[in-house]
Amino acid sequence: MQYIDLGLSDYKEAYKAQCEIRSKVAGGACENTLIITEHKSVITIGRKGSARHLLRAGKFLAGLGIEVLDIDRGGDITYHGPGQLVAYPIFKLENEARDIHGFLRFLEDVGINFLSKYGVEAGTVPGMRGVWVKGAKIASIGIGVKKWVTYHGMAININPDLRPFSFIKPCGIDGVNITSLENLLKEKLDIEDAKRRLRESFEEVPLLAEAVCKRE
Amino acid sequence: MAELKLPELAEGVNEAVVSFWHFKEGDSIKEGDEIVEMATDKAAFNVPCKFSGVLKKIAAHEGDTVKVGEVLAIVE
Repeated sequence: MQYIDLGLSDYKEAYKAQCEIRSKVAGGACENTLIITEHKSVITIGRKGSARHLLRAGKFLAGLGIEVLDIDRGGDITYHGPGQLVAYPIFKLENEARDIHGFLRFLEDVGINFLSKYGVEAGTVPGMRGVWVKGAKIASIGIGVKKWVTYHGMAININPDLRPFSFIKPCGIDGVNITSLENLLKEKLDIEDAKRRLRESFEEVPLLAEAVCKRE
Repeated sequence: MAELKLPELAEGVNEAVVSFWHFKEGDSIKEGDEIVEMATDKAAFNVPCKFSGVLKKIAAHEGDTVKVGEVLAIVE
């Protein structure tokens, strides 16, 4: 697995990088690649999303430097900003791994494994996607697949400012509480250290669902 | 004439929503062309066409929910 750290990136530039790598992975010119980045503040709306879930006017958001973009991943509306790690696994799914929802479960398992490295016991919620701790959502997922190569991925809240989540209805679901590792552990965490642990989790968790850790 | 149907997606996933068509009625299509983008709750993906020919009819439009095995398009 190749690893790319984009640092603090502009959403559209990171999207371009994802698409370029996706084409290379699809064509066999490049091995599976994990991109990890933090985004400058942005609200994105996926294919299942609706601008109705945006609870503030564009002008208000623009004043805070928050851009709003429609994008080609599954899922609804979400927020990205500094202090949140976004993992974009650009992986070629072959043979029995060609199970899109199996891949979503893989991402959840990676998130659960990552949080266990901090002593946080996380899990999934039946009927919902993402990774949850004590009824609050800490990681959101949404993917795209082209020519059986995945893109988009998972966003995990390490120490972001959580206020912008109140500007949207996250994932289009009423009453979702959003949390972060900082919130849970009551300490500011080192983002570079978190990147290293997240990368490790992607290496540790097997891609195929049968071998994945126990689920609720 | 051939019917392009929504393929089996994953265990427990029975339907998807049409995001958009990459082709319009009357367009020529080659086998393997990604013809339509679909979305389930958290995933967006393309469906490749299994046949070459002309896209005769789009049976499911953008925003429509389609069940696995239902017809997406007719290719002639």
